[in-house]
Amino acid sequence: MPDPTPITEHAVTEAKDAALAALSAASTLAELKAARSAHVGDGSPLAKLNGELRNVPADQKAAAGRLVGESRAAVSRAFEAREAELSAVEEAAQLAEEAVDVTAVPRRWSPGARHPLNLLMEQIGDIFIGMGWEVAEGPELENEWFNFDALNTDADHPARSEQDTFFVEPMSSRLVLRSQTSPVQIRSLLSRELPVYVVAPGKVFRKDELDATHTPVFHQVEGIAIDKGLTMAHLRGTLEHFARLMFGQEAKIRLRPNFFPFTEPSAEMDVWQPHAKGGARWIEWGGCGMVNRNVLRAAGIDPDEYQGFAFGMGIERTLMFRNEQLKDMRDMVEGDIRFSQQFGMVV
Amino acid sequence: MRVPVSWLREFVDAPKTLAPDELHAALVRVGLEEEAIHSFGLEGPIVVGQVLEFVDEPQSNGKTIRWCQVDVGESEPRGIVCGAQNFVVGDKVVVTLPGSVLPGPFPIAARKTYGHVSDGMIASARELGLGDEHDGILRLAELGLDPEVGTDALPLLGLDDWAVEVNITPDRGYALSIRGIAREYSHATGATFRDPALAVAPPSRRPSASSGSEPAPLPEERGARLAGSNPVPVTLADDAPIRGNQGCSLFVTRVVRDVDPTRPTPAWMIARLALAGIRSISLVVDISNYVMIELGQPLHAYDLDAIRGGIVVRRAQKGERITTLDDHERSLDPEDLLITDDEGPIGIAGVMGGARTENSSSTRNVLIEAANFDPVSIARSARRHRLPSEASKRFERGVDLAVAEPAAARAAELLVELAGGVADAHVWQVGTISEREAIALPAEFVNSIIGADFSDPETVDSLSAIGAAVTATSDGYSVVPPSWRPDLRDAADLAEEVARIVGYDRIPAVLPTAPPGRGLTREQRLRRSVAQVLAANGHTEVMAYPFVSEPQLSQFGETAAAIELANPLDGAAPYLRTSLLPGLVTAAQRNLSRGLVDLSLFELGTVFLPDASALAKRVALPPGTQRPTDAQLAALNDSIPLQPTRIAALVLGDVIAKQPGQPAVVAGLADALAAVDMVAAALGMTLTTRAAEVNGLHPGRTAAVFSGEVQVGFAGEVLPSLALDLDLPKRVAVMELDLSLLLDLAPREVSSHPIATLPAATQDVSLVVADAVTAGAVLAAFTAGAGELLEHARLVDDYRGSGVEPGTKSLTFALRFRAPDRTLTAAEATEAKLAGVAAAAKECGAVIRD
Repeated sequence: MPDPTPITEHAVTEAKDAALAALSAASTLAELKAARSAHVGDGSPLAKLNGELRNVPADQKAAAGRLVGESRAAVSRAFEAREAELSAVEEAAQLAEEAVDVTAVPRRWSPGARHPLNLLMEQIGDIFIGMGWEVAEGPELENEWFNFDALNTDADHPARSEQDTFFVEPMSSRLVLRSQTSPVQIRSLLSRELPVYVVAPGKVFRKDELDATHTPVFHQVEGIAIDKGLTMAHLRGTLEHFARLMFGQEAKIRLRPNFFPFTEPSAEMDVWQPHAKGGARWIEWGGCGMVNRNVLRAAGIDPDEYQGFAFGMGIERTLMFRNEQLKDMRDMVEGDIRFSQQFGMVV
Repeated sequence: MRVPVSWLREFVDAPKTLAPDELHAALVRVGLEEEAIHSFGLEGPIVVGQVLEFVDEPQSNGKTIRWCQVDVGESEPRGIVCGAQNFVVGDKVVVTLPGSVLPGPFPIAARKTYGHVSDGMIASARELGLGDEHDGILRLAELGLDPEVGTDALPLLGLDDWAVEVNITPDRGYALSIRGIAREYSHATGATFRDPALAVAPPSRRPSASSGSEPAPLPEERGARLAGSNPVPVTLADDAPIRGNQGCSLFVTRVVRDVDPTRPTPAWMIARLALAGIRSISLVVDISNYVMIELGQPLHAYDLDAIRGGIVVRRAQKGERITTLDDHERSLDPEDLLITDDEGPIGIAGVMGGARTENSSSTRNVLIEAANFDPVSIARSARRHRLPSEASKRFERGVDLAVAEPAAARAAELLVELAGGVADAHVWQVGTISEREAIALPAEFVNSIIGADFSDPETVDSLSAIGAAVTATSDGYSVVPPSWRPDLRDAADLAEEVARIVGYDRIPAVLPTAPPGRGLTREQRLRRSVAQVLAANGHTEVMAYPFVSEPQLSQFGETAAAIELANPLDGAAPYLRTSLLPGLVTAAQRNLSRGLVDLSLFELGTVFLPDASALAKRVALPPGTQRPTDAQLAALNDSIPLQPTRIAALVLGDVIAKQPGQPAVVAGLADALAAVDMVAAALGMTLTTRAAEVNGLHPGRTAAVFSGEVQVGFAGEVLPSLALDLDLPKRVAVMELDLSLLLDLAPREVSSHPIATLPAATQDVSLVVADAVTAGAVLAAFTAGAGELLEHARLVDDYRGSGVEPGTKSLTFALRFRAPDRTLTAAEATEAKLAGVAAAAKECGAVIRD
């Protein structure tokens, strides 16, 4: 007769109860793991009982196996439950420990900013891109022919005097700091295939001393569209659309007769400012008109076949209309970081 | 142009209630620009008084005041203290009574002064805005007036008038006259216009030339009676026309004899001239100015007896001089057009008369000149002599040829009426009034350019209203513009006139459909991206002027040759920048001076790089009216110096501020290199650095930045001594890259590959090298040697000290190996590592440290 099996109900229950008691007595995860090791690990009573199973006679094997298995499972469940409890407690303690004053967390990044004039020029470019136009560019130091002659500006026009335009030594070089972005238009007409629809935002230069309302270096955007059958009605339609996107849906424009060598007919364009300080009013925004036939000829375009319109406005002025609290041009040019930073990445 | 409303009303019907802003609004509608409103700024009661008696009362301050009893038309005279002495009992004067207001505003009240209550004030001409005279009070007798006491002085003296000021565009010279503005007001409102040029009685006419031309036919009834010889024959002798245009095309003269130039200018004329912005000088001068403002024709009044022989209109000779009316002796340029007599110049044509023939208080006989000069010639002379005058302003814009004679006649009429003269009946005229050529205006042209639905009658009526002669042709109209509109030259000009008269408000709004566009160019997108990335990473964009001084040219890097402006702003730097850094330094200095001490600045902008050979080229400008040839265009473009775009940054102060648990991180080379990396990332490229020496930068903390083997810029810390000189803190980091070049070098497309997902093997390696060997060189050699399995390597430590030989350093790299097709074994990773070590040993003398 073989030895009676040590796997008795009593022995198994005793081992199980001892294990459960030890698990529940553990107050930290470390104690819990030690308890598991002592009561379920190698050499523990339950492990030994489990090891005896192979000696159990076949007819009792099923019952003994169930007995040991159920107990081991119960201990395992108890471990997991206790582990979850203790983990939650320890995590809560750790989180409490790690709490910070969220209003005083160190910042390793500080905000930068774009210059609002550049942002505005980009936004204007995007508006026209959205209409199928393109953004054109040209040199800031320009040959007089592009800045004046090609734009129907007479050799004796006052704008060509040294009082108004910056010239470069030697004068015979015929180079000027462009006084308008219009030379980009003539360059576009010379280099692109018709029809042409382009805007040219950029820096321009005139001999004004810097004060609250003048700066010798400022920015313009000019547009030109040359196609078959374009009229002043298209000019007005384009400007109205542009004005609404710049100043809001209430914006409207007014054209007044004016004179520019570059255009004929010419118009001054006013924009309605419904919220202007001191009451709604018309404010001069820029000049525009139908491109002078001489300008088309200078670009080798037959003015009887193609015609079109052009317009131009100051970026500084446009920014000032949109942000009426900006009163002093000097803030825009001095590079004080507080000026750009009030705009950040948005204009 | 200032327009007194009383004057305007003489030629156009305007409502009695017309207010200044209504007049402005009307003129704005037809293309004049609103500038300002002018008035004398006086409020009544201001009345005529008569001095009944006065007592001179010496004061302790040495002054003598007069205590006057003045009759102002009330039951009792008023007691008034007056400081002036230039009047006698019985004089009629202007009294500003308590409650009135003088310009300032300066309210008048009864007030105690010098021991009396002064019940008003006796006014001087200056106090009333009638002139500069302030040594004494205004005696009405001086103006030839003897009104009843108590008369309201404001209408009496024209002081209740007001004027609007409008800006006249350079194409509309005719609007620099009351005549022109009245016509425009009529266009804007439909009010009836009466042309003052037609109102002057037509006098007789003879040619003035001493030789050559035939006399023009004289009016039948006066011709025989008035026949006589011209006292001052005129010859037009421009032998050097500017740009092919004769300097003088018409010269009209009239003679008025026996004038009394000492007579007062009437108050109404003084008041109108004052409102028009012109000071009263003397009766003869005032009359010529008055007619100029009224009709737009500049006139000159000579003392006839001072002219020697005849007048010749010619260009100046070299070395010739003239003393002008303002008593300045001026040397003349051979381009100056002169009025001369037998003794030399008596005037710079259209600009200023000469002192020798100036009319004075002893002048008896006056020669009136009404001439028409070439706009370009006059503009150049006015600019050359810095004499912009009311006359030159009008000639530069073009004066109506046909108004010369009426203007001379009007001046003669006024000299007769106001100065008691007798006018010679002849009008002497040299030159001709050329006929205007007709402009063909096709029927549909106006609407085809304006895009409106103007009717045929609207077109014809508008053109007729501006004075053009319109006749129908088979396919439209033939339009002869009026003599005062030299600006109307082609059909487009006429289209503008029709739109202007009918109203720009009639132009509809139609959005054109552009063909599909290509969006921003690659360069435009990338430039934006560069700026956005820098700003998003804490840099603030500035936009500096491109003007720099000579010291700024050599602040950093090689002293660059620079382009110099011929006419810089006063006191401003004369060179065009060759680097963006001086502008960033200036912006930093300004911020520091305002207490902003932690700065990360950047600018994306143009620099100007001179090309000596380009600047030396003399490029003839082709005419602006036709497309230059390709060769001409190429020559024009070759003349323009390179203007690459740069990106530059400057960092100083703390890049991370001191905070709880966070020590301050001070700006340094790392931040300049970070900015370089940001630019590289924005452009999708890899930039590398090599130690470099750059003037103005720290020799041990400066890197040249390369894309492959091409240097694209530099980054470094400013030399501490230079920082001190520039009033900057000790540590300032800067970088500048040639963005144009980077855009050329940056990849057009991203080279991409599938991502390997098999496990990586990570290892470290420590390599001992000599101090002087750079980590970059070791890493490059190691990477090349380790081969394709090395996915990533990063320097994690640079150790010197115990365990490492003096003069050497131990560089530790963290390595990540991965194969695309299999899980790497440790042995394979080690083999690759050792291959890397071998390469580093060969290239850099590296020894593996265990």
